[in-house]
Amino acid sequence: MSAIKISGLSKTYTTGFWHRSLKSGLKDLSLEVHEGEVFGCLGANGAGKTTTLKILMGLVFPTSGSATILGREIGDPEVKRQIGFLPEQPYFYDHLTAAELLEYFAQLSGVEAKSRSRKVAEMLARVGLSESSGTQLRKFSKGMLQRVGIAQAIIHEPRIVFLDEPMSGLDPIGRREVRELIQSLNDEGRTIFFSTHILSDAEALCDRVAVLHQGELRGIGVVAELTAKSGGKVEIVFEGKQAMPNVQQLGGECRVAGETVRAILSGSVVDKCIDSIRQTGAKLISVNPLQASLEEYFLSQLPDVRLQERS
Amino acid sequence: MIHRLTFIAANTFREAVRDRVLYNLVAFALLLVGAALLVGKISIGLERIVLINLGLSAITVFGVVLSIFIGIGLVSKEIDKRTLYTVLARPVRRWEFLLGKYLGLTATLIVNTFFMCVGLFAALLSVTRSLSQTDLPILIAVYFILLEFLIITAVAILFSSFSTPIFSAVFSFAMFVVGSFSDDLRGFAGMSEGIQRQIAYALTYAVPNFAAMNVASQVAHGVRLPLALILHNTLYAIFYSGMALSAAVLIFERRNLK
Amino acid sequence: MTEARSVRSTAAILLLLCATGSIVSLRAIDRLRPQATLEEVLYLRSPKAVKRLFLGFTGLAASIYWTKTVQYFGSKHHEHAMRFDLLPPLLDLTTSLDPHLLVAYETGSIFLAQRPPEGAGKPDLAADFVERGIRNNPTDWRLYYQLGFIHYIERNDYAAAANAFDRGSTVPGAHPWLKIMAAMMAQRGGDLQTSRFLWTNIYESSEDRTIKENALVRLMALRVDEEVSSLEQLVAGFKMKTGKAPTSWQEIISAGMLRGLPLDPSRKPYVLNNGRVLLDDYRRFPFVRKGLPPGTASSEFIMPGALRPKDARAVQPKH
Repeated sequence: MSAIKISGLSKTYTTGFWHRSLKSGLKDLSLEVHEGEVFGCLGANGAGKTTTLKILMGLVFPTSGSATILGREIGDPEVKRQIGFLPEQPYFYDHLTAAELLEYFAQLSGVEAKSRSRKVAEMLARVGLSESSGTQLRKFSKGMLQRVGIAQAIIHEPRIVFLDEPMSGLDPIGRREVRELIQSLNDEGRTIFFSTHILSDAEALCDRVAVLHQGELRGIGVVAELTAKSGGKVEIVFEGKQAMPNVQQLGGECRVAGETVRAILSGSVVDKCIDSIRQTGAKLISVNPLQASLEEYFLSQLPDVRLQERS
Repeated sequence: MIHRLTFIAANTFREAVRDRVLYNLVAFALLLVGAALLVGKISIGLERIVLINLGLSAITVFGVVLSIFIGIGLVSKEIDKRTLYTVLARPVRRWEFLLGKYLGLTATLIVNTFFMCVGLFAALLSVTRSLSQTDLPILIAVYFILLEFLIITAVAILFSSFSTPIFSAVFSFAMFVVGSFSDDLRGFAGMSEGIQRQIAYALTYAVPNFAAMNVASQVAHGVRLPLALILHNTLYAIFYSGMALSAAVLIFERRNLK
Repeated sequence: MTEARSVRSTAAILLLLCATGSIVSLRAIDRLRPQATLEEVLYLRSPKAVKRLFLGFTGLAASIYWTKTVQYFGSKHHEHAMRFDLLPPLLDLTTSLDPHLLVAYETGSIFLAQRPPEGAGKPDLAADFVERGIRNNPTDWRLYYQLGFIHYIERNDYAAAANAFDRGSTVPGAHPWLKIMAAMMAQRGGDLQTSRFLWTNIYESSEDRTIKENALVRLMALRVDEEVSSLEQLVAGFKMKTGKAPTSWQEIISAGMLRGLPLDPSRKPYVLNNGRVLLDDYRRFPFVRKGLPPGTASSEFIMPGALRPKDARAVQPKH
């Protein structure tokens, strides 16, 4: 059974004072998320990621189309027992402490009274907030709020966890922690559906991704497949500037720092390149498939993005 | 369902109490103490009447401000600040959320009014040195004020189910003002003709009617209130709040949360 | 989605039920408090305080207080009350809040002036009230008109009424009737000089034929009143001189006090009856106040056979 199945989902918003002008939020989106996978929803701001999540959460009603979660219609209260949701830039009741908030959400999710306080303590420990459990949320930093947000999304042990931009606004350490958290949730067998505009996060975590642009699905598949399609590039680092002309001849872009040269070139010429470096007597330091390959795929799918930014 | 309603109501109550109610009570206490001190200097015999009128008016105003501001604050703000998202992503129905909020607010207002009422009686005692049988109707007046709060809170929830916090506050306050002058609206209806008359009469039923609930002056003069009035006012408050809440649910069930 | 639908239909049904319930209970409440319009106490009597309370929206406040005034009067009148204690303070408040609310002066003064149970029976207060209205709205002739009527009908003060109508008639755009009323009042009040002046003025300034004719009739009546008065003085003088009342005009003529038979405007001689001077046929003279048979107060109404102005060239105003 698929965890999430979206078919033909569209959403048109009305804007303006008299709700006259129409704005399309989502156009005929269909996709399927399998149980147990980490699925990333990629796109720039306003691409329709949050709209999709809101429709799945029953916060917004689709104009047309339908979606099921774990085989049930969205909006079915039974479904909501089995899902957790972290909104974008979450904000919680200021006046509550972290422990009180989790307690309240555990109540609403139907967690049994006797296991509630244990669960709360467990979750706080899991997101590293045990020491701040008695602090009111108004004193929390953005990163701490994000962690509370994750804790509340998983306190009732949902089968699917929906995360809207879980890494945004976090420092590098925070991002790594969240990544690890997502990874461990997936290791426990939970399905993860998350949206992000940070490609490296998606690349690091996702089994599959969907790319959305202006409300439309532009591509979907396994990350490696997608990047292969776009002809992944490789980064070669070597010591010895004498090899540079050969590398450049092969189409490599070089950057020099002292004696060290960093060249980026297409994966198909890697072998030739390594050979020519060795021939010149330069010292090969490393060969890495490029991290930004998804970004390239992204850009290849969305040629109009730059144009838009310029206008 | 009952559990979830209680949880939401309890959380609402907790938020209200932590957030504003205390300040409200302190302000009320200060006002009453000041008034009692001042009133002692006015002529004897009138002080009781003035104090009762003042106290009941203050309870009304403080309570209405509280009903509107926490009523809207706690519903519109949840939509505005998206705290509602994490609530509605759980097995919580939208109507449960509204009703739970309403119950929590009602509890807050009852507690708040109780303390204000205690304060009023304390002020009365300090001015008149004794309480008598004739002071009992004050409790009825306070009860009627509480009924007003029930209605105003329901109206505030209705407005915040589709409007922004500021508009909701303005609309709700306008409803309170119109409701307090509902007799005048009737007078206007009685004086006008034709279609205007029909509209004015329809309006008198559509807006809340607080005229029969404001019995401060009768109570101050020790007038006995008929039992039937208490009964009908109670029924009216229940029906009117029910109407506003049902409308709020109807709107909110279909609302897209931005 | 079926659950959502059932929630909505339940809410819709509840909405209807509660709406019905609220209407029914509101009606029950209304029956419990029939005169719920206003308590017999006005807590705020100071316009300043009310102004502050309404945050300066005095026009709105005035409208509300005017509505309250009308309701108060209506409910009191309905129960045939003989006292309208709150009427003066309510009117005071209303017009202090909005000094230009003309309807309050016009209708309010009627409430005040009429005798109970039709009103508060306070014509003096009513007159003062309208005077205040005139001070605040000196260019509105209706208020003078109102004032004149209160003096005339409720206070029987013709001089004051004439004065009010006269002041009103000078206001630009005033209805021509004000002049006529002023003249009528002066006439009723016995001030013949003023009356003649006013009617002459009306006759000359009016373009309207009916008004002109009416002015002539009035002037004719004034002349009759004047003639009868001087003839009565003559009769009294004769009595003083001779010690006895005259039985005929002839006696007075013989005594050299009268040159010939005194004729009324219809060319008929006045009748001397038991020392009183009477008109031969008073029915032909509307509006006269003298020369009427005993027991007849006035010939206020034009009756059949009344003298038309064209018969009355004799009374054309003299210049």
